Amino acid sequence: MNAPAKPNDYTAYPDAAGRFGDYGGRYVPETLMPLVHELDAAYAAAKADPAFQAELRSFLTHYVGRPSPLYFAERLTAHYGGAKIYLKREELNHTGSHKINNCMGQILLAMRMGKTRIIAETGAGQHGVATATVCARFGLPCVVYMGAVDVERQKPNVFRMNLLGAQVEAVTAGSATLKDAMNEALRDWVTNVHDTYYLIGTAAGMHPYPAMVRDFQAVIGNEVKQQILEMEGRLPDAVVACVGGGSNAIGLFHPFLNDEGVRIYGVEAAGEGMASGRHAAAINGGRPGVLHGNMTYLLQDDEGQITEAHSISAGLDYPGIGPEHSWLHDVGRATYLTCTDQEALDAFKLLAELEGILPAIESSHALARLPDVVKEVGKDGIVVLNLSGRGDKDVATVAAHLGRAI
Amino acid sequence: MTKARIDARFASLKAEGRAAFVAYVMAGDPDFDTALEILKGLPAAGADLIEVGFPFSDPMAEGPPIQRAAQRALANGMTLRKTLAAVAEFRKGDQTTPIIMMGYANPLVHHGFAAFARDAAAAGVDGLICVDIPPEEAEPLADALDASELSLIRLATPTTDDKRLPVVVARTSGFVYYVSVAGVTGVKEADAEAVAPHVERVRAASGLPVAVGFGIRTPERAAAIARVADAAVVGSALVEEVAAGLAANESVTARVLSKVDSLAKAVRSARVESLTV
Repeated sequence: MNAPAKPNDYTAYPDAAGRFGDYGGRYVPETLMPLVHELDAAYAAAKADPAFQAELRSFLTHYVGRPSPLYFAERLTAHYGGAKIYLKREELNHTGSHKINNCMGQILLAMRMGKTRIIAETGAGQHGVATATVCARFGLPCVVYMGAVDVERQKPNVFRMNLLGAQVEAVTAGSATLKDAMNEALRDWVTNVHDTYYLIGTAAGMHPYPAMVRDFQAVIGNEVKQQILEMEGRLPDAVVACVGGGSNAIGLFHPFLNDEGVRIYGVEAAGEGMASGRHAAAINGGRPGVLHGNMTYLLQDDEGQITEAHSISAGLDYPGIGPEHSWLHDVGRATYLTCTDQEALDAFKLLAELEGILPAIESSHALARLPDVVKEVGKDGIVVLNLSGRGDKDVATVAAHLGRAI
Repeated sequence: MTKARIDARFASLKAEGRAAFVAYVMAGDPDFDTALEILKGLPAAGADLIEVGFPFSDPMAEGPPIQRAAQRALANGMTLRKTLAAVAEFRKGDQTTPIIMMGYANPLVHHGFAAFARDAAAAGVDGLICVDIPPEEAEPLADALDASELSLIRLATPTTDDKRLPVVVARTSGFVYYVSVAGVTGVKEADAEAVAPHVERVRAASGLPVAVGFGIRTPERAAAIARVADAAVVGSALVEEVAAGLAANESVTARVLSKVDSLAKAVRSARVESLTV
């Protein structure tokens, strides 16, 4: 297959049918199709409504704590001895990750649409906690679907969601991880079509979710652009983020898509190594297909059955990726690298020791590729990495891998 | 054949003045040979049309019974290709019972729509229901099926309003499948009285027979639906017989066919007046 032509304006996508080139779309059962159209229209109206945008900005400022700092990581920079490394501190947001940016936008939209019940899927529990948080703030009942395997390995987050008043449903179907939680949330939505809003946590799924979640997360990249201009007087040479479904990454990347001088790097989870087959790298180890409402790169077998993803990071443990990433890969605008569990653990420890920051194990995947990116942009370069979440939730996992009892 | 086989079956049932009983079974559940034996036994047990599910790892519109059926089939190595092989075997002994394949997009995407349509037609398949390819995404699939003269059977649902209905029934043939409840398969129960006006609506918009499914589990319910629709579809209650047979170490084939027999008898005796299609 020939690579598709480069577009003149990367930000002009998706089209009206929700397509980024061949990717995206609305592959949902007929029962959901009218709801998807309703959401599309409601979001378009909200996006164009200054009152909605002002309300969102106000909550992002006073409740989430935005803007998040752009921090020059001096000791990390010295460690690699090359380009200046800046960290976008999304882990300092309320609830400890970028997930709240999207949740705040979608909960305001849900209320604007008159929906009275919120459902969500979660992997690591970060999106579940963020969803439970905004539901508590606005007094809406919340059901979070979470794979039974993830419930077991992310117990503190399950308890957090319970404290926030959310009902956590452990999903035992299939592989009992994030993809199965998403299946179950879709089954709930198709059953409760009249009152329920499905608050998807990543820039994937059926249109308009990939575009809408990206728009809500683009606050990350927009702030970075302003902050780096103030601090350095110029744009960075590269931006880097980890990619599972890819919401933190697309939020950072999107405002830079038309700045051709800015290299864009996504980092997929290579699990136990690409050669092992036990990974979660949809672009580097998958093929295009249809799952959860969109055409995108997927981990699948020779018969089109979805295969299980493997990653130390529950947040990256998903066999797909947002459709805009699939397209950015195909048109060559972004480069998707990989990082193994072990490399992520090493990066986790390094940041803790050099900068006094415990990064989420998800974000650690991006950190692990810094030496390569730093080398790529050269000594006078500037690199911005999205520190999408904090690692407090991961200390038990890290301890287990270090063979330490806590 | 193909479209003709579905049309012929509904025409002959109309002449008989009764609705069709449609049996849904999962290909390869619990294993290839047993599922094929069930498939071959369905027409004699009373199935007028057959829906053959091809398993998918992530069936987002299915309730637990069909999810588990798919998992059993996949665990025993079932694939889309083998599903087509099973239909081809069935066709050696039955040239008249329409076979509709039902499943999800990704195995079809992987096989290629055109290749699937050719292979399915060659195997003796008559139509396809793809749960997660709505009209908005269906043009490439519809083109491929048309080229092989296979019916694309569309789903209409309680959320399909009058404005949307023409979109849903465009490029459909054979019959329209009305999903009787907003929900997944095999959980909520279909209410014949509530369904009746929707069946009329879909018939009027499509000019095609309307089959009703999702939520028919008992002979009584099947009979009630058969009084208002052109066909009653039962799936979850049949695949549950597979699970029950395995659990009790009994003949799975006998259990499924016995259930089909009781459901089909109920549908056959449901009414005598002629259909109003």
